[in-house]
Amino acid sequence: MTQAPPSSKPAGRRKAELDPRFTSYKGVFVFIEHNAGAIHPVSFELLGEGRKLADKLGVELAGVVLAESDGAAEAFCAEAFFHGADLCYSATHPALAHYRNQPYTQTLTDIVNRHQPEILLLGATTMGRDLAGSVATTLQTGLTADCTGLAIDPDNRSLAATRPTFGGTLLCTILTLNYRPQMATVRPRVMGLPERDTSRHGRIIAEHPDLIEQDIVTKLLEFIPDERRDEANLAFADIIVAGGRGLKRPDNFRLVWDLADALGAEVGATRPVVQAGWVTADRQIGQSGKTVRPKLYIAAGISGAVQHRVGMEGADVIVAINPDPDAPIFDFATYGIVANAMQILPAMTAAFRQHTAAMKKAV
Amino acid sequence: MHILVCIKQVPDSAQIRVHPVTNTIMRQGVPAIVNPYDLVALEEALRLKDRTSARVTVLTMGPPQAESALRKALSFGADEAILLTDRAFAGADTLATSYALAAAIRKIRDDMPVDLVFTGKQTIDGDTAQVGPGIATRLGMQLLTYVSRIDRVDLERGEITVQRRAEGGVQVLRTRLPAVITVLEGINEMRFATMPDMFRAARYGLTVWDREAAGIGDVTKIGLKGSPTVVSRVFAPTPRAQKAEIIQTQSEQPDDLVATLLAKMFTKHPPLRAAICPRAVQRT
Ligand SMILES: Cc1cc2nc3c(=O)[nH]c(=O)nc-3n(C[C@H](O)[C@H](O)[C@H](O)COP(=O)(O)OP(=O)(O)OC[C@H]3O[C@@H](n4cnc5c(N)ncnc54)[C@H](O)[C@@H]3O)c2cc1C
Ligand SMILES: Nc1ncnc2c1ncn2[C@@H]1O[C@H](COP(=O)(O)O)[C@@H](O)[C@H]1O
Repeated sequence: MTQAPPSSKPAGRRKAELDPRFTSYKGVFVFIEHNAGAIHPVSFELLGEGRKLADKLGVELAGVVLAESDGAAEAFCAEAFFHGADLCYSATHPALAHYRNQPYTQTLTDIVNRHQPEILLLGATTMGRDLAGSVATTLQTGLTADCTGLAIDPDNRSLAATRPTFGGTLLCTILTLNYRPQMATVRPRVMGLPERDTSRHGRIIAEHPDLIEQDIVTKLLEFIPDERRDEANLAFADIIVAGGRGLKRPDNFRLVWDLADALGAEVGATRPVVQAGWVTADRQIGQSGKTVRPKLYIAAGISGAVQHRVGMEGADVIVAINPDPDAPIFDFATYGIVANAMQILPAMTAAFRQHTAAMKKAV
Repeated sequence: MHILVCIKQVPDSAQIRVHPVTNTIMRQGVPAIVNPYDLVALEEALRLKDRTSARVTVLTMGPPQAESALRKALSFGADEAILLTDRAFAGADTLATSYALAAAIRKIRDDMPVDLVFTGKQTIDGDTAQVGPGIATRLGMQLLTYVSRIDRVDLERGEITVQRRAEGGVQVLRTRLPAVITVLEGINEMRFATMPDMFRAARYGLTVWDREAAGIGDVTKIGLKGSPTVVSRVFAPTPRAQKAEIIQTQSEQPDDLVATLLAKMFTKHPPLRAAICPRAVQRT
């Protein structure tokens, strides 16, 4: 039931008469997520997208920063300005040192109630989804999760949020007509990164969260950082070589690693390959894995099922290697080689090695 | 201890097709399954039951056919099952869904206090991962999302310690019961149903609640009416106008094919030249 479209006809448009208590809601807010002293790139992507929405609406774009100290918050606000924000709401308190649902929900909800944005965007990360669900329920407003596209409906200034549904088989556009703010979470790497412009600056509005550590029920006992940071590497890699079930045997996957090494690329995979244990789950690309946006994506032995496609079609150039000329991947790849990957991959590895050796000589 | 597991019956999305002409979903013949992520939550609850002799109740909101999802859960070892069904619930988004489920949980808790509510990470049809947080907020329970491990449940002190998947690492969190836990995928494997449980599941008299039985008076909070979001358009992803340019050579030899590809690629996409920088050290 939850946000699943009806089977026959979409619900269609309801009359959009905004409740008078919401007419004062103005502006686009982006929640600035940070971990270990660094802003999560999805927040920059949201600032880039939020800038476009704010310009279309003729309103301001604000970053919302929750941090443990003023010093930390100031650095985050500065980055938010470089990436397009006009102003930042900065809430600092020792209890906000690391993410916990209760103090973050309370602080963000208070800021929304005080400053009344019409749109509030968060990254669809483990933090953003945890926080967005609680904030939307507290505010009793609509939340569209995991969006892949945001636009302003020209008819009624509503946020038109598009998201995949039914495992990526379909897309649906969702409106929050009579409630404010209109909330949405967006997956990392779906939107492009805006230019960082260090000449930009903005106003910081200090918030004073009303928190007492003793009242916060959940305590962080420990944080165990991931040893392997491949995850981040994959999502932000410029080049990815990915393998699918067409490679037939786990040892053939070596060919994918070899080509990746020749290119300085990351390695990705489809779900069946992950499930078979050929590579670790953090390398899965697609609907239930990661979304990536490399400059070059080489897909070897991948059929191009929609659940895989939604995770990688944002790549600038897609090269597909598959002996089946009717494989769906050829419908959206840039270049196709209709052949056996076990022969093409080694040839590619050799060719790219030659290419880079020649480049090195040239300089 | 009393554990409540929220499960949802969903169409098997792998088998959904879009009508090529009308662009609508063809649901006919698509089998309904228990949302796979909810089985991970159920298994985690059953493991706690094995350790602590907890009682496990499963709850679903859905059409009358969702009964089969509950029977499936019973066959794996759940103790009780409640079906929340009413035409008035139809068309609910996450806010309206969590309202109805929270109302039912309040009612369940009148009979027997609930220590833990488990949900899946997300559904495969809605995919929102918001119903769990919604339930926690509505019931004023502590929320633990993306839990990968339950370290310890201390009933005497009313505390639970879990590991939660966060960005860049794992948080070890301790909180007070009752709590809502959304369970990360892939952390366990569902057990097999036993013969006695399968028999019991088939005979079990489900508790079926409609809106009134669940104690919901305000119809403006449920179903389509209680949903602030509306679906304005459903459509299939647009096929890219341009299909792949198939690289062909006279010889069809791998080396020639690759040379042709590289030449084309570097001419048409010059930035790729610079993007390539081979790794100095070999990976292990
Ligand atoms: C809810 C849900 C979520 C999902 N999430 C994901 C996800 O996140 N990511 C994901 O990838 N999948 C996901 N899937 C699975 C997805 O539907 C496909 O099953 C999967 O992507 C197919 O993987 P594949 O291309 O490796 O395998 P296949 O579909 O089996 O394709 C193998 C291809 O290899 C080709 N081949 C054969 N021999 C050779 C050869 N010698 N050289 C080169 N090619 C060859 C074949 O022609 C074929 O096209 C999901 C499914 C569901 C239902
Ligand atoms: N109709 C429902 N009945 C029972 N539980 C549900 C229902 N919808 C969602 N849930 C639970 O909430 C989780 C998250 O769902 P969703 O927000 O739709 O991704 C699911 O994994 C279920 O455990």
